[in-house]
Order: sequence, then C-alpha cells, then structure tokens
Amino acid sequence: MIDVEHLTVRYGAATALDDVSMSVADGEMVALIGPNGAGKSTLVNTLCGLLRPAAGRFTVRGRLALVPEGRHLFAPLTVDENLRLGAWRSRDRSTGHIYELLPSLGPLRRRTTVGLSGGEQQMVALGRALMGRPDVLVIDEMSLGLAPKVVADLADHLRARNATDGLAVLLIEQNARLALDLCSRAYVLEAGRVTVEGRSADLAGDPAVAAAYLGLEV
Amino acid sequence: MGDLVQYLVTGVGIGCAYALTGSGLVVIYRVTRVVNFAQGSFAVLSALTVTTLLAAGLPHGLAEAIAVLLGGGVGALTGLVAIGKPGTTPQSALIVTLGLGVLAYAIEILLWGDQPRSFGGLSGSVTIFGARIQTHYLLIIGVTAVVLAGAAALFARTDLGRALTATAADPYAARVVGIDVLRMGLLAFAVGGALGGLAGVLVTPVQQVSFDSDVALVVNGFSAAILGNLTRPALTLAGGLLLGVVQALVGGYLSTAYQTEVALLFMLAVLIARAGRRDVVEAA
Repeated sequence: MIDVEHLTVRYGAATALDDVSMSVADGEMVALIGPNGAGKSTLVNTLCGLLRPAAGRFTVRGRLALVPEGRHLFAPLTVDENLRLGAWRSRDRSTGHIYELLPSLGPLRRRTTVGLSGGEQQMVALGRALMGRPDVLVIDEMSLGLAPKVVADLADHLRARNATDGLAVLLIEQNARLALDLCSRAYVLEAGRVTVEGRSADLAGDPAVAAAYLGLEV
Repeated sequence: MGDLVQYLVTGVGIGCAYALTGSGLVVIYRVTRVVNFAQGSFAVLSALTVTTLLAAGLPHGLAEAIAVLLGGGVGALTGLVAIGKPGTTPQSALIVTLGLGVLAYAIEILLWGDQPRSFGGLSGSVTIFGARIQTHYLLIIGVTAVVLAGAAALFARTDLGRALTATAADPYAARVVGIDVLRMGLLAFAVGGALGGLAGVLVTPVQQVSFDSDVALVVNGFSAAILGNLTRPALTLAGGLLLGVVQALVGGYLSTAYQTEVALLFMLAVLIARAGRRDVVEAA
C-alpha cells in the first residue's frame, strides 16, 4: 500500500527525515512510534503530498486519507459539512454510511465542531477521513489528549474497519503501548532515522524499546 | 416627504454599489486573508469597458455581462499576481494589490483617457410616495439583492462554498482533504472581481466614472466591510446601504462636499468602538 525508499526530507538546512525506508502492506496495520521531533509528522505530510522529498521516493497504491494531529476540523462548519468535505475529491459525498459506521456522530450532525469534546472531534476527524473511502488510513497522534475509554473506542473502530474492509492503517503514536497493541508491525523513528523495526510483539520485548517507550524494565 | 423618499431610494441604490464592492472585499478576505486594495479598480475597469462595448454596437445586457466577466477575469489575474507565489503573506499580497491598483490607473488613462465617462442605463422613472425616482435605481437594488442572495446561497448551501469557507478556516486541513487552496483563493479573487465589476456597471449610468473613481468606491466598500469585520456579508450589506443613505441625506440636506468624509468618520467610529470592546473583552 505504502512503500517508502531511502526518503530524505529537509526544511532548509535542517534534515527532518534521513534515508528512511518503510512499508505498509495491503490490509496491514503498522505503527510508527518515536519521540517529539523525530520526524513522524514530516513523514505523514510527505506521504500526503504536502512536502517534497529532497531524496528517495515513495509510492502510495490506492486512496490515502489522513487524520491529522490536532484534528484540524473546519470550525465554522457543522459535523455533516466537515464529513462532506472529506469526500471533496469524489462525486459521491453522501454521509449516511459514516453515521452507520460511527453511530455516535448521528446526533451531532448539525452541530458545529467547536463545542464538541476532544473524543467527539477525533471521531469526526476519523469520519471525515473515511468519507474518501480510503484504502489506507494514516492517523497522526490519535490518542493525544483523549481519555483512555475514548481511545479504546477509536481503536475498536479501526480494528473493525481493518477486519471488515481490509483498511490498511499507518498509526503514528507517542503512546507506544497502544500502537504496539493495535498494530502487527512497528517502526521506531528517532532524530529522522528508523532505529528499530519489526513485529510489534518483538518490539515490545526489546529492552531498549520497552525502556524508552513503554516505561518498562525488561 | 418627496425629497426624503428620493434621498432614501437613491441612497440605497448607491449603497448597493458600496455593498457589492464591500462584499467582493469580504469574499476575498474570508478565503485568502488578503485585503484587496485593487477592489475599486475592477468596478472602474468594467464600467469603462461597457462604454467601449456599447460604442462598438453591442446591445445593453450583453455589454454589461461581458464587462462583469472581465471584472472576474481581472480579479483572478490579480489573485494570481498577489497570492500565486507560494509563501506570500497576506500583508505582502495587500501591497501587491495596492500596486496593481496604481497600474490600473495607467492602463485606464491609456485606453480611455482621464475624463469621466458614463452610459445610459434603464430609462424612465417611477413615482413613489410623490417622489420621481429613476427606474435605474430600482434595477440596481433588484440586481444587487439577487446577486448577494446568490452569493450567500453559494457559501451556505453548496460544497464549493463550504470548501471556500474551509480554506479560510484551516488551509492545512483543506489541503489534507484534497482542496486546492490556491485555486480556491483565485476563485475568491474572481468572484470578488465580478462583484466589483458589477458595482461599476450598475452605478455608472447614475454616477459618472473616471479612472480614479475607485477611491470613493473602495473607501466606502471597505467601510461597509469593516462593519462586518471583513468577514460577515450581511453586515457588509447593511453597512453599504447605511453609508449610501447617510451620504444621500447629507448630500441632499447639507452639502455633497461632505459625503466621503461621512464614510471615513463612519469607519473611524466603528474601529474605535470595536477597539474599545476588544479592550473590555481582554480586560475581562
């Protein structure tokens, strides 16, 4: 679904991504974990075509949709209008299927997004991304600032879409425990470079990863 | 009574031109955050174009329509120069529009000279409460009402309007969902240009236009738009009509020499009142 080969991205003289290679296969859920400033959001923005790489290449097969960090909903618009714009590139902008997938959004459809809770806003952002009927979904910091119950709900929705529709997911997370629980494979990004990669179960057992990201002594 | 009605109707008519000019500013500002100081030039350019097209034998209606479309095209070009280069700040773009406005003076003088021009509008007159009103004023009011209602419907009821609003609200998120932010900005400039062009085309039969007529239009249009904080079309319409009526009353009962000063005082009063209110909010 996503193939990144030797990707380097720079902001002026500063190198944000340095020779990064990674992949997400069809129907796979992959985590990208790492500290603040590691280059995670730079990778996301590059995959979405918002940044131009200085070197290397990447390919995205199928439709890619992004749930950006901080949600970035359109504040003056209602929930329903936000959802419709998620399908801006498509002719079919009917929102009915999203309310079936995410029933908690139904009662909110005519409200603007300003007064919604963080969890509700994240659900709208997820719905907006799903409106484009993506083959691969990139989620940047899904759990940031949300209550554990809300995060668990969102994770359940992702598992369901993955199991039912084969939706591939690239989950960018600081919450490594959540990321490794949800995804079958993971990459660790530090200072713009992939330092560790492998199956989530193996990474969870890796002493360095466990100590740095899971707060465990292994 | 007859005089008062006449001043009111003519004031509303001229106020419609201010409202259209102000609405153009609002559309552009809402989407791009650029205050377009070339807004008055669209009106002048379109109005002068009508004089040429009519002289060339084109019928009324067609000549005006072409001129309004030209206003839209020039608007899009202005947008391309002002915001086309990635990373241009709204402040830099504002200066660019100011420069383009001056360039428009040179082009207009070159093509049409520096003398005022006009052309015939809707002929005839009607009597309202004992006042004889030129029918053209009613045309101005009717066309403005239809066009501004259409613009409001565009923003409120269509996905294109929502995409324009979304671009203004969060350009990053707009790009994330696949909206072409630059194209939306150019579209806003085109709509702004057409609204400005329409203002010029409508008002010229009752008020001669020359290359520097843009100053009065943009000062009054900006004053109207300021009432709506440069973002609210309904308040811009109200501001434009209020300015037009007050100016007509001042011109009718006092002197026509003070009309522009009324607009400037109005804008100043709104800015002072708004600044005072913001202080109160910040203090709270």
